[in-house]
Amino acid sequence: MERHEYDVVVIGAGGAGLRAAIEARQQGKRTAIICKSLFGKAHTVMAEGGAAAAMGNVNSDDNWMVHFRDTMRGGKFLNNWRMAELHAKEAPDRVWELEAWGALFDRTKDGKISQRNFGGHEYPRLAHVGDRTGLEMIRTLQQRVVALQQEDFEVHGDYEAYIKVFAECTVTRLLKDGDAISGAFAYWRETGKFITFDAPAVVLATGGIGKSFVVTSNSWEYTGDGHALALLAGAQLINMEFIQFHPTGMVWPPSVRGILVTESVRGDGGVLTNSEGRRFMFDYIPDVFKDKYATTEEEGDRWYTDQANNRRPPELLPRDEVARAINAEVKAGRGSPQGGVFLDVSSRLPAAEIVKRLPSMHHQFKELADVDITAEPMQVGPTCHYVMGGVEVDADTGAASVPGLFAAGEVSGGMHGSNRLGGNSLSDLLVFGRRAGAGAAAYVDSLGARRPQVTGVEEAHAEAMAPLERQGGENPYEVHHELQRTMNELVGIIRKESEVAEALEAVEKLKERATNTTAPGGKIYNPGWHLAIDLRNMLLVSECVAKAALLRQESRGGHTRDDYPAMEPEWRRKLLVCSSKPDGSEVQVVEKTQVSMRDDLITLFDRAELSKYLTEEELAEYDAAAKELS
Amino acid sequence: MTQQTAESPARKQRAQLKVRTLRTDRWWLAPALTFAGLTFFLIYGFWAIFDKSYFVEPYIAPFSSPCLTTACPEGARLFGWAPIGDWFTLPPGLIILGLPAGFRFTCYYYRKSYYRSFWLSPPACAVGEPHKKYTGETRLPLVIQNVHRYFFYGAILIGAILSYDAVLALIHKPAGLGTWILLVNAALIVLYTLSCHSCRHITAGRLNHFSKHPLRYRAWTFVSKLNAKHMQLAWASLFSVMIADFYVRMVAKGVITFPFA
Amino acid sequence: MSYKGKFRVWRGEGGEGRLEDFTVEVNEGEVVLDVIHRLQATQAPDLAVRWNCKAGKCGSCSMEINGKPRLGCMTRMSTFTEDETITVTPMRTFPVIKDLVTDVSYNYQKAREIPSFTPPKDVKPGEYRMQQIDVERSQEFRKCIECFMCNNVCHVIRDHEENKTHFAGPRFLMRIAELDMHPYDVADRKDSAQEDHGLGYCNITKCCTEVCPEHIKITDNALIPMKERVVDRKYDPLVWLGNKIFRR
Repeated sequence: MERHEYDVVVIGAGGAGLRAAIEARQQGKRTAIICKSLFGKAHTVMAEGGAAAAMGNVNSDDNWMVHFRDTMRGGKFLNNWRMAELHAKEAPDRVWELEAWGALFDRTKDGKISQRNFGGHEYPRLAHVGDRTGLEMIRTLQQRVVALQQEDFEVHGDYEAYIKVFAECTVTRLLKDGDAISGAFAYWRETGKFITFDAPAVVLATGGIGKSFVVTSNSWEYTGDGHALALLAGAQLINMEFIQFHPTGMVWPPSVRGILVTESVRGDGGVLTNSEGRRFMFDYIPDVFKDKYATTEEEGDRWYTDQANNRRPPELLPRDEVARAINAEVKAGRGSPQGGVFLDVSSRLPAAEIVKRLPSMHHQFKELADVDITAEPMQVGPTCHYVMGGVEVDADTGAASVPGLFAAGEVSGGMHGSNRLGGNSLSDLLVFGRRAGAGAAAYVDSLGARRPQVTGVEEAHAEAMAPLERQGGENPYEVHHELQRTMNELVGIIRKESEVAEALEAVEKLKERATNTTAPGGKIYNPGWHLAIDLRNMLLVSECVAKAALLRQESRGGHTRDDYPAMEPEWRRKLLVCSSKPDGSEVQVVEKTQVSMRDDLITLFDRAELSKYLTEEELAEYDAAAKELS
Repeated sequence: MTQQTAESPARKQRAQLKVRTLRTDRWWLAPALTFAGLTFFLIYGFWAIFDKSYFVEPYIAPFSSPCLTTACPEGARLFGWAPIGDWFTLPPGLIILGLPAGFRFTCYYYRKSYYRSFWLSPPACAVGEPHKKYTGETRLPLVIQNVHRYFFYGAILIGAILSYDAVLALIHKPAGLGTWILLVNAALIVLYTLSCHSCRHITAGRLNHFSKHPLRYRAWTFVSKLNAKHMQLAWASLFSVMIADFYVRMVAKGVITFPFA
Repeated sequence: MSYKGKFRVWRGEGGEGRLEDFTVEVNEGEVVLDVIHRLQATQAPDLAVRWNCKAGKCGSCSMEINGKPRLGCMTRMSTFTEDETITVTPMRTFPVIKDLVTDVSYNYQKAREIPSFTPPKDVKPGEYRMQQIDVERSQEFRKCIECFMCNNVCHVIRDHEENKTHFAGPRFLMRIAELDMHPYDVADRKDSAQEDHGLGYCNITKCCTEVCPEHIKITDNALIPMKERVVDRKYDPLVWLGNKIFRR
């Protein structure tokens, strides 16, 4: 069997993975990057808006403290505040670094990186390139990896002496030596042959879990591999109940169901209507936002041209509010023919203006759906977009509870609390990708000459081969479809105790069925086999999501309970932590108390604002801290 | 520490599809039309060079302008000038035709069109070409295509002369159909010339800092807009020059005789 | 609104193989990739196809549909008639791994051979100042999603395998142009574009531009301008003479 020795193995080649690998290599560590797709195809390319970083290029009042406040607010104060602090402080350096590696962001008049407005950000803050910022980022990082390989070639005569990409290669198990990580077990998608990586440090950067849902903006890779690998290796997941549903995904045609329709459509004047032609968002303005949003169509329309004297239209409410409203309209039978609602810009802007302001949306609908958005309305509906939860890590180093295991990006949890702000994910990848890479390098240094021994290869091999060797089992595609339907319908945007409990039962049965799937055909590039292996991960993660969703008896950010519609300050201090046995059984979710915010950070907020989120007890602590600092 | 890489499952080679193309559309139509159009032009050009009726007051046929030998009638000479003298007895067009012909021959658009339609390299996208070896424009003779920009300078001159001819005709015979044909032709020739890729490069394409050269950047923006229509201008001017040339010759031969000819 | 569509798909490993016929359900609004997925789920579970985002943004599902290089996710079934047999084959220029999946490592090798972005040593991150008009040309080339269909369709290597060693393909010649036009790049790329990466092989027949799913004007905006920049350096007699006389 093929076997490789590395200092650091990075799983995932999206923004976080590449940034981690670059950091590890820059610190002199021999680094492997393993990715399921080709190099440079990771899901990061789908990000459109930009990377949030308080550079203050457009509005010089912006700084890390404002960004920190916005992030905490967006996450409904459930965020890991240390992560939010590091993120806000370091994001500008990470973005500037990209520029020195060849990224070409859009510019301001004085030649600096231009920044755009986005939901939840007080100032224009998103560094961007049109609406393809994610692509720019992945390409820049990819090219940085190549640049480092060229440096190594100069010195060692081998491009891959210090950093090598294992493309189209899937990790199925993390290997351990006692408590500590000792490597990873993987197979080549291309040949079906197995590889063992012998490495003391593993950085997980595998992204999200969207493929457990029917309607998702995520690609096939998002099967929650990193989440599951971490669980099976003995690490914990937190905040798994918080899943962001983007309010506007395409619903028609079926092939593109879930693909994102950018928020800017609404920002540029697009309105949401139901089958009766009513702008229903006016019926869904929650009390806490009553004074910030327009209550009449006339006022909402005036806002586009005069933002100082009018309140914004309710189409621009936070993502979770809009998603819930659309969901309610469809359930009430006022949806569009294909099960969404209408989003219309054609009646709001001249055709030429639409093409100019929303080029990629115009292109996307034209080419994928044969719909001309300058002439007819789009049909949209909520789509599973991002998971806030993930591996519980140390903010400064990205270290999980298992020695040698690190995580960064969407697969890690805490940074975004219960709801992520648009634009914060790209900067998250960079800031914590770098930190996890550095953390892994430091951990390897701390080991000195000791290297953990690889164990458990036979077991991993047997597990991976099972679907191929089994005869007459079930079709993995069937199991997958059923899981997707279950999660979408029962643990979707709006949750109820009875439904989630039903989902848990269903997942339990599916877990049983998944152990009996068969993949016909050989090992060479066999998608049926690959899916059978990925199923374990999706089921495990789904179980965590459902169990956590059942426990959290409140509504907050990406978790809405029909039976507990209010946000409870008591629950703000509680994190739900998921763990399992190494064989994936006995998935447990327990409560854990969130650490209180440092005094200098909490005092960045007004008492009045905090009083909506904190308990009386915490407010008393706040008063004491404020007194001390003044 | 040695590392092995994955071995390939089987002998790795391309898909062994024996057909030249699997395209089901009429991919051969475009190269066939191009071939016909360019061949027609070559035949016409060959005839026009040897045809002697190239001048009739105040029109001069574009294929024979400027006329630089003493064999040309007084009115046909550029500024009444005949620097070549009387030793040159071949058709006068031969002296100057090299410039526009060379310009078009080395033009990036025409290169595409005849590489595709005449040399079949390739005849259409994703259709196999018949040649065993291919070296492109890396060596003689095709490496000479790189002189395109010098022909561009020459073509500017020719464009100016054709415009001058048209303006002369306008002065002498403002109501003549021929005048207007010559004017349209001159305009198309000049636009085609300016839309050239070399022109685009020279205006500002070669710079890396447009912002430091605002005037050149504006010129580049203008030329870039024309350049996007280079193919259309190439064909339009090809036909306009043939039509104009043919028209003048027909008037000169007395075939076309109506009063406003 | 569904019908039985006729598909003919290349099946086989390592280049050996054949076109296999399938009759499969096609629904309104679907793209070719959807139908391939239906084949996978119902008739041929081990049919290999590479894909990712399904929204034309990642460039993974490059294939040849009725002989034309296309992204499977961006080819709507409504562009074909119901009785048409649709032939789906892997990209021709690259070796086949299995079915529709090809080994595109050629492209990654070429990417590595092109010297990376080389900024001046004294500019620190955060100090970069560039005007929008100065970055726009390179930004267009950075829209590239690396589907490699331009390299696949380019006859220089499609019809002449032997040219692969010395021809980087439109994708990476465009990368050279992108860097050469970058306001902060100080590396000299003109000689090597011609000598090492085979710019001279390009005979500007524009198939790369025709197949580009991002509609990048590869030939007009990258390859020809780069050729002109090479002319400045190598084929301009005035420049040549100047260099001879002044020895640079």
